[in-house]
Amino acid sequence: MDIKKIVMDAEGIDRSLTRIAYEILEKNKGVEDIVLVGIQTGGVFLADRLKKKISAIEEVEIPTGILDITLYRDDLLTSNKKPRLGKTDIPFSLDDRKVVLVDDVLFTGRTIRAAMDALIDFGRPKLIQLAVLVDRGHRELPIRADFVGKNLPSSLWEDVSVNLTEKTGKDEIVIVS
Amino acid sequence: MRLTKKDLLGIQDLSVDEINLILDTAESFIEVSTREIKKVPTLRGKTIINLFMEPSTRTRTSFEIAGKRLGADTVNISATTSSVVKGETLIDMARNLEAMNPDVIVIRHNASGAPHMLAKLVKQSIINAGDGAHEHPTQALLDMMTIKARKGRIAGLRVAIIGDIAHSRVARSNIYGLTRMGAQVTVAGPATMLPRQIEQMGVTVHQHLEEAIKGVDIIMMLRIQTEREQQNIFPSLREYSRCFCLNRENIRLAKDDALVMHPGPINRGVEIAPDIADGPASVILEQVTNGVAVRMALLYLLTGGKS
Repeated sequence: MDIKKIVMDAEGIDRSLTRIAYEILEKNKGVEDIVLVGIQTGGVFLADRLKKKISAIEEVEIPTGILDITLYRDDLLTSNKKPRLGKTDIPFSLDDRKVVLVDDVLFTGRTIRAAMDALIDFGRPKLIQLAVLVDRGHRELPIRADFVGKNLPSSLWEDVSVNLTEKTGKDEIVIVS
Repeated sequence: MRLTKKDLLGIQDLSVDEINLILDTAESFIEVSTREIKKVPTLRGKTIINLFMEPSTRTRTSFEIAGKRLGADTVNISATTSSVVKGETLIDMARNLEAMNPDVIVIRHNASGAPHMLAKLVKQSIINAGDGAHEHPTQALLDMMTIKARKGRIAGLRVAIIGDIAHSRVARSNIYGLTRMGAQVTVAGPATMLPRQIEQMGVTVHQHLEEAIKGVDIIMMLRIQTEREQQNIFPSLREYSRCFCLNRENIRLAKDDALVMHPGPINRGVEIAPDIADGPASVILEQVTNGVAVRMALLYLLTGGKS
């Protein structure tokens, strides 16, 4: 039987996001040129929450986009699965912007590799930073996050899932083993 | 939901879920064509052969652009520049093409069933880009995509298809697709252009354009195939247009927000008045834009993945 362990609750997630919002502002010395891009699907909701937090602190709206990385995956031709294609919507130029990519879980790093390739097809950002709610380790590519909600050393056979109100009705991070 | 078929041969073989999957995927592909860099690496290293044994601008270009925007290599073969002129049969040509290991063969042929024969013969995915008077599935898919984008749904809409129903693969594919998706389809045309027992496909039939378009949401005009004038199917283009040309008078019979569609190429002033083709109700060019997205979706769904 699956054993579920809650490693972070709704309040914890909210505090982590508040901290990340401040860290983004601190590292970039304000909001100038910053845009957020959430990776489908979890990252989209988190990017939206970060946008609200940042605009509450700085009283400016920062542009926020949605990225679906399916077309850039490296396993499309080898795996038997055909992932369902989601929407990409980046209605602003990325040229010379500071792009903060937002995802829920950082694992092998392959999603982020695909996301960076996709972003560069949209323009030439000044820089790309990465914000994730959970870093669970086991990287297969030389990628690390700039902003991390929680480091969560996990085993490969465990499943880390970030449940968000927008998707499942409840905010929590759980490990299923 | 996955598309488990090797080939796309006709709308007749597709379930409602499969049609929805293709349309939803196509909707996501629209965005790629609006980018400054209109290319994604999804089908890098794949080869697509466009085998067009009948003239085509729109469909062939659309397939070629779709393949290229997905990063595939595309090769075009047309009847006049191929070894068909030396008398090679379609079967021999297909075997030779297969020996060069392409991944997808897109075929248009004047013989109904040609794509089906190829699909049995070769291991590659076959996409039917129009076979005789049988089916033109990608046209029906892009038409349904255009309707869904504008009206938000297909089920419950009333659609009139006007013109040479008997010789139109566009009409046939659309009748299969639209009725399966829950639309009410009416057809109208001169008696010589209405196939016998067309009612069995689940459509209502009218002899006059005016009756057919009364209160409809969508008017789909078909190209009158002028090359058939010699076959005594209709007396003259002028007489045809007097009875079956969509113009600013008769279009008032349709709903106020009715859409006008046409698969192209249009004969201005024959089946459609120029001010209607270019007017606010016309979505003819949107159909073309959506055509690229639908073909990208099909190429994406049919290729890749070890089986």
